[in-house]
Amino acid sequence: MKPHASARPVRGVQRLNAVQPVRAVLLALALCLQAQASAQVSVRDERGATLTFSAPPKRIVSLLPSLTESVCALGGCALLVGTDRFSNSPASVLALPKLGGLDDAQVERIAALTPDVVLAATSARVIDRLESLGIRVLVLEPRNHADVQRSLATLAQLLGRPDEGARLWSAIEQDMREAAMRVPPALRGQRVYFEVDAAPYAAGAGSFIGQTLARLGLGNVVPAELGPFPKLNPEFVVRAQPDIVMAAKANLGDMAKRPGWAALRALQRGRTCGFASEPYEVLVRPGPRMGEAALTLADCLVQIAKVR
Amino acid sequence: MAEADRQRRVRLVVMLVVLTVLLLVAGLAAGSDGWSLRTLWATLWGDEAGLIVGQIRAPRTVGAWLTGALLGLAGATAQGLFRNPLADPYLLGSASGATLGVVLVLAASALVGHGISLATADALARIGLVAAAFAGALLGVLLTLALARGAEQTTRLLLAGVVVSVVLAALNDLVTSAAPDALRGKQAFLLGSTGFLGWASCAALGAGLLLALPMAWRLSRALDALTLGEDSARSLGLRLARVRMALVAALALATGLAVSQAGLIAFVGLVAPHLVRRFAPAPHGFTLVASAAAGGTLLLMADVLARSLIAPQEVPVGVLTALLGGGYLLWLLRKRRFA
Repeated sequence: MKPHASARPVRGVQRLNAVQPVRAVLLALALCLQAQASAQVSVRDERGATLTFSAPPKRIVSLLPSLTESVCALGGCALLVGTDRFSNSPASVLALPKLGGLDDAQVERIAALTPDVVLAATSARVIDRLESLGIRVLVLEPRNHADVQRSLATLAQLLGRPDEGARLWSAIEQDMREAAMRVPPALRGQRVYFEVDAAPYAAGAGSFIGQTLARLGLGNVVPAELGPFPKLNPEFVVRAQPDIVMAAKANLGDMAKRPGWAALRALQRGRTCGFASEPYEVLVRPGPRMGEAALTLADCLVQIAKVR
Repeated sequence: MAEADRQRRVRLVVMLVVLTVLLLVAGLAAGSDGWSLRTLWATLWGDEAGLIVGQIRAPRTVGAWLTGALLGLAGATAQGLFRNPLADPYLLGSASGATLGVVLVLAASALVGHGISLATADALARIGLVAAAFAGALLGVLLTLALARGAEQTTRLLLAGVVVSVVLAALNDLVTSAAPDALRGKQAFLLGSTGFLGWASCAALGAGLLLALPMAWRLSRALDALTLGEDSARSLGLRLARVRMALVAALALATGLAVSQAGLIAFVGLVAPHLVRRFAPAPHGFTLVASAAAGGTLLLMADVLARSLIAPQEVPVGVLTALLGGGYLLWLLRKRRFA
């Protein structure tokens, strides 16, 4: 009250001296506030909600594998007290309580862990329930490169290490640049079909996978207009005749058996990347391991160039 | 009256034949670049005609019709067998059985060390989705028959079918919660898909239809007798248990084949017989054959739409059959109320 009142504009020279002590008090107060503010963190999530914490959270639950990876990559792995059942990287999170999935997260167990904050995807059904129990939920769902960069910055802020976000992102960028340099020049501009599911769903040019492929100097048979992961008419792929086919190993094996697909020249010539389940998981998660994913892709491209 | 009925039947047959022919052409014309007759012409004379039209569109088109026909036939058989217009081909546990087969194959690799051995996983993976779905569908029906102690009583059979469906669906969910990787494949199977029907699938579907249709046809008089009630049918000298068993066999064969090739396509089996009966009331012999044709037409129509609505993307065909079939049923109900 008092500092506020004396902060009013002061008129008259004779009062100047009286102002000095007030100033000192104000300065002390400001310093005090600032000290508190350095512990206080305030972050905005994807819903536009601003979450303010008096100190960086000490107990974190992550309900999305890419967010789990992000927290760990930012050095906050020890703060995690539980994850969703799909989070499996880094290996240390395997020992944490598994709290269900996107649609069946276990509210009671999450509440029992008394987390300071729960990290969840936009589509997680559990958000409202948790918030009504007074648990703070930070909603982040990175879908493309820019999202990943932003979510890393947000999480770094949350962890009270604001500089870590930019550092981690530049490391990812560094890996991508290195991967791009490794791509054999003969393969630059070749059109890729990247299958994410046998239905068939493909990774379009607008998806984070498509963005990574573009960073490597590769084209995509699925244009961005079709959305990130469109369900395609199988005929489309046969007509597009991609130069390179990429998929999980299990799906790649059966591809030639699909009606007409044996005519794909990429399959005939072995210009394919079949990923085992572990590297494939890295490829299909928009998170801190995107740089590693780019390097995996580059390795495969080097192999293809050798076959030729 | 009889003459009027005969005329309506003729009209229905003509309509189904014309629609089928038109849709077959549309099926050849509808591709990943939308559908147009002009591009069909160009494609037919292009370098890729053999591949695009011969190996992809033609078998997909024929396969969609055959799948629909099997479902239509199975639906008409089920509705006759249970004397219930709400009966559908998936009633006897075949749907959840087939799904369980598919889910087990999909989850096999993930479940190694968690309840199944590597050898079992390998064997499951080698069986493949199609065979697993077919085997699952038949096992589902066999389980239902065992629970109902044969096909003697329809109520018991129905109840057993419901129980088996629920229990197998629960097992499905149990497997997928242990191996979440199988979820996407399961979802695709539940929605149904005509996208990967090749000539080999067509051969299997065609053979199934050639087997199941005469089987059902031979029993159509028994179905007619059943409409009079079980006692009357018995007094006509019908051996109900045996007739029902044969009908269940035809039903299981038709459903199992359709489901294994194209997944759980919704509503075709339920709606096709209604469509036929509405147009032309007739004895079961006609209804069975016409339902097959109507089912084929309906699924082919849905398939052509699935391919062309948002080409080169696809709408899941099961979504369209449910919308078309469901829309028709709603319209039917509304019409009845105001008639």
